[in-house]
Amino acid sequence: MTEIIRFLIGFLLIVGGFLSLVTAFGLLRLPDVYTRNHAASKSATLGVMSILLATFLYFYLEHGHFNSRLILAIIFIFVTAPVAGHLIARAAYHSGVKLWDKSVQDDLKNKKEYEQQNSN
Amino acid sequence: MKKPKTNDVILQTVTNVVTFIIVLFSLSLFFAGHYTPGGGFIGGLMTSAAIVLMLLAYDLDTVANILPIDYKILTAVGLLIAVATGAGALLFDVPFLTHAYDYFYLPLLGKTSLHTAVLFDTGVYLVVIGVTMTIIQTIGVSE
Repeated sequence: MTEIIRFLIGFLLIVGGFLSLVTAFGLLRLPDVYTRNHAASKSATLGVMSILLATFLYFYLEHGHFNSRLILAIIFIFVTAPVAGHLIARAAYHSGVKLWDKSVQDDLKNKKEYEQQNSN
Repeated sequence: MKKPKTNDVILQTVTNVVTFIIVLFSLSLFFAGHYTPGGGFIGGLMTSAAIVLMLLAYDLDTVANILPIDYKILTAVGLLIAVATGAGALLFDVPFLTHAYDYFYLPLLGKTSLHTAVLFDTGVYLVVIGVTMTIIQTIGVSE
């Protein structure tokens, strides 16, 4: 039993570390703000959540200490990190940051003209 | 000046949910301060962080409607509580700021140790909230 638990905890830690590494590589190698934001908000969130879950399981199953703050932190990060990514991407778009030159579609580009046409 | 029309549905909805978690966590930090890391200072900062998050999602007038508090008065009340806790020790013929504790049997909670340091910490908590929010709101309204 305890060996299985230790294996699970180690697996979660490795997954969390790997996902954080993926985030760092994505931030370095992706071409523009939006793809970088995509890498940062998704994989970093899951990576941190895995590490927090591993920490919670370690203290609960090995030491018998139920730490509710870690559960709260997992929920909190799960709720807030995507919103932070959304707000950063939106602020970048509205301040005129260009998309990558190989992007094929920008649906928000015609929004202003469309709204003006409909209001008149 | 007319306010620019913005579409902040996601930010405002998440703020409505998350503010409760932050306030609960700050109260937990405040009450846990005697035995675990935490206390009045960090609890007060956390509560003011929740209020700042509401200020970010809504505007100053809306938050002033939700929380009709004059933060300068809050600071004064916090200082008064802290000084009164220290001065209360003089009534029992012990030096200023001497604290006391005892075990009480409360109806729901059972055996609880109540310490007068919590009252002092309440003063710290209120002062930290008051000072932080006064600074941020003063910077926020200046044109």
